[in-house]
Amino acid sequence: MISKSIKKTLQSLEQKDISIRELNQEYIKKIKEKSNLNIFIHFEEQKILDQVTELEKDNSNKRLKGIPLAIKDLFCTKNMPTTAASKILENFNPTYESFVTQKLLDDGAIFVGKTNLDEFAMGSATDTSYFGNTINPLSADDTPLAPGGSSGGSAAAVAANLCLGATGTDTGGSIRQPASFCGVVGIKPTYGLCSRWGIAAFASSLDQAGVFTHNVEDASILLESSAGFDKRDSTSANVKIPNYFENLNDDISGKTIGIPKEYSIDGTPEEVSQIWEDAIKVLEKKGVKIKNISLPHTKYALPTYYIIAPAEASSNLARYDGVKYGYRSKEINSLDEMYENTRGQGFGKEVKRRILIGTYVLSAGYYDAYYLKAQKVRKLIANDFNEAFKECDLIVTPTAPSAAFPLHQEQDDPIKMYLNDVFTVPASLAGLPGISIPYGKDKNNLPLGIQILGKHFDEQQVLNGALSLERSNG
Amino acid sequence: MDNLIKGDKHYWEMVIGLEVHAQVKSNSKLFSSSSTKFGSSPNSQVSLVDAAMPGMLPVINKYCVEQAVKTGIGLNAKINNYSVFDRKNYFYADLPQGYQISQYKYPIVGEGKVTIDFKDGTSKDIRIVRLHLEQDAGKSLHDQNPSKTYVDLNRSGVALMEIVSEPDIRTPEEAGMYISKIRSILMYLDTCDGNMQEGSLRADVNISVRKPGEEYGTRCEIKNLNSIKFIKQAINYEAKRQIEILESGGTIEQNTMLFNTATGKTRPMRNKEEAHDYRYFPDPDLLPLKIPEDDIKLIQSSIPELPDDLKNKFIETFKLSNYDASVLTAEKQTSDYFNDAINSDPDLKNFPKIIVNWITSELFSLLNKNNLDLKNSPVSAKNLGQLVKLITSNEISGKIGKDVLEEMFTSRKSAREIVNEKGLKQVTDQGEIEKVIEKVISENSKMVQEYLGGKDKLLGFFVGQAMKETKGKANPKILNDILKSKLIKKN
Repeated sequence: MISKSIKKTLQSLEQKDISIRELNQEYIKKIKEKSNLNIFIHFEEQKILDQVTELEKDNSNKRLKGIPLAIKDLFCTKNMPTTAASKILENFNPTYESFVTQKLLDDGAIFVGKTNLDEFAMGSATDTSYFGNTINPLSADDTPLAPGGSSGGSAAAVAANLCLGATGTDTGGSIRQPASFCGVVGIKPTYGLCSRWGIAAFASSLDQAGVFTHNVEDASILLESSAGFDKRDSTSANVKIPNYFENLNDDISGKTIGIPKEYSIDGTPEEVSQIWEDAIKVLEKKGVKIKNISLPHTKYALPTYYIIAPAEASSNLARYDGVKYGYRSKEINSLDEMYENTRGQGFGKEVKRRILIGTYVLSAGYYDAYYLKAQKVRKLIANDFNEAFKECDLIVTPTAPSAAFPLHQEQDDPIKMYLNDVFTVPASLAGLPGISIPYGKDKNNLPLGIQILGKHFDEQQVLNGALSLERSNG
Repeated sequence: MDNLIKGDKHYWEMVIGLEVHAQVKSNSKLFSSSSTKFGSSPNSQVSLVDAAMPGMLPVINKYCVEQAVKTGIGLNAKINNYSVFDRKNYFYADLPQGYQISQYKYPIVGEGKVTIDFKDGTSKDIRIVRLHLEQDAGKSLHDQNPSKTYVDLNRSGVALMEIVSEPDIRTPEEAGMYISKIRSILMYLDTCDGNMQEGSLRADVNISVRKPGEEYGTRCEIKNLNSIKFIKQAINYEAKRQIEILESGGTIEQNTMLFNTATGKTRPMRNKEEAHDYRYFPDPDLLPLKIPEDDIKLIQSSIPELPDDLKNKFIETFKLSNYDASVLTAEKQTSDYFNDAINSDPDLKNFPKIIVNWITSELFSLLNKNNLDLKNSPVSAKNLGQLVKLITSNEISGKIGKDVLEEMFTSRKSAREIVNEKGLKQVTDQGEIEKVIEKVISENSKMVQEYLGGKDKLLGFFVGQAMKETKGKANPKILNDILKSKLIKKN
């Protein structure tokens, strides 16, 4: 029996209870068994074994040596194709390795494959992928459930125990919401903590890499390996990365936790409100001071997000034009036709929708009313948090307004789908770190998630709060 | 009223503004470390960032920022401590990102001015609106294949400074002088190589016409002109086109025009309705550019002497005219050359105007004829100085001097070497000249009679004959004096 803990697995490897090869062979077996879940866009057994062989020759001490990880297929990887779950990058093989994945490789991690996602990370159910839906491993046989999104493949890979951890990216909740849906831990650090270099961009001012793990300890280990300053990303923060794992401490007594009243939203299922209350009570018992706070501009967060993110996306995705790499339509009679057909055929419906929204809000005559106003509101939202964090150390909320929903349920109603991000988007707009940890179940016995938000670059406290809650969760 | 042009019905005034695109002199591109070397094989200077590969991010090149600040100071302009890079969104095959990183609302340099000098000694200020930094696009090559267009991304991402003027220019000549002046300042500052042929410096021209005193008319923009000659041609053609339309009762459409260098005509590229909506917004991949005052001061202290300062110095020191001084300082290499020439001999300090003439008329015309630039002139400044010294000290005549200069140009020998080798040294020996004159007089007795009979003009004939005898080496003054006295004696 292999432990679902990176920490313990590293110990087993060190004590030679198991070899790197045996460990990874075990995971290869699991991945093959679960191929029906469509978690991986790219999985090639030989490539995993090749990595093992390389590591076996390496005598140096590496902190993640041999640990199997899954990589969201938005991170460019030298050794495996990178698609962003889009037809337009179907056969794209980067010649370069993203900053985050390079750091993990440097630490000796083994990449078991590239996981499915919403096309260019646009979605909340991993149902906009060109490569088909991913099925939530927690689904009952008769009702396949969505894993959440956009990093649904990575969350599902951890939930199905097909790896010990996975990378994700979070633009408006794309790590935290699928973590909640799949019953795993997912952390999105402060904007700028992990370099965006080599991650196909969705919305540059919001995109942030993070990790999925089975538990908070592992999240601290992986985050430490992924983070760091990178001069190739001008928005990368030049801060010293703390030793998150060494500094983990589940004793958060004396700290103040803020409970934002604006997160009690009409129509939130009873069980979601219930686990939130439970979490608050448990924390209170642990000697934490609970403080009711207000984040008055919360209700503007979703519309603000759905202006800024598509605006940036409409520009970021302009480079996929069929000229230099990726898909190019065969039906071309002029340059304009090449663009129209390449992009018309290469992008899926949701990506096109957001490019259109983004193009619209940036247009002459609409810019001030939409984009500029959204930027102003974004500042107000960020300021809400700044004010709130004068009174508290952490903020605790539910991660998502529901547990995992059945596949295809929300597919035809984009607005309803966008509502999935209601609790995660404000912190994204403010660039704050947030974690989702499994906490309680709904009436169908599906996991729910609690989100803990912290101050900029205060990932340590976020992890400590999460550890405290995780340990009280029995 | 000199600036007006005559239509069939009215006099018209041109109103012209220029957007100059100057490539920043820098070894690497604005947001990547690729080389900017001109003329390399296609797509050999393209980084992952330049090719807009997924996940690639721009990082500002500090040197290019310093170059822009330097240029701003040279244009007497306000340097903005805070500026922002925006994305200008449009699709084109040689624009890999699908947007150009430029500066829109908050440029790095604000208002400034440059002065242009006219031949009549007057001058005029042209106001600068702004200077901003932006990326150049790649190149689409349409002539490599009958059915395909190839794209070369070597130029993609190279830093450009766009310098926008107010519509203060009134004639094609002023436009030419303005761009020459900009070019001169940039080259003194070493922030642009000024090479118009290679496209390092090109301009978009905005032009409208109006009856004097009226409001500005509707303007058209002529894109991408890369020589002063074409700029003038395009302005002349476009102004006439607009005047013809207006005089026949039509209205000007606000069009973007292209200039055909073969026909000398402009034609519309797109009209206002077809104009792009560039959807400018701040580039979220880049932080706002903040330049501390101390950095600006540091750059300020590194600014070399600029053409206007040097011009004033030349006027002051050598009593040159404003125009001569401005011609001399238009290019750094010219003023350097002049300085080197005049300093090559202490006596030359007294003949600055003569040196200017030898440089700007004789030497420049030889260089032009041979398609050469002053920087690869076969005649060094020191050698030119020596030539002027020989002339001003009466060792050779000015006429012989021209032949010597030509010889210097082809043989690369010094003036003195040539004069010595060919025995060109002026004959100043009275006796020697007398002998020659006596010979000429004795051989042309009939002419002498005619001269003495009143045909004064024949004096030139005797001078010519005597010069011929001395192979042009006789000192003309001495020759004249002796000749006159001899001819009188005969009387």
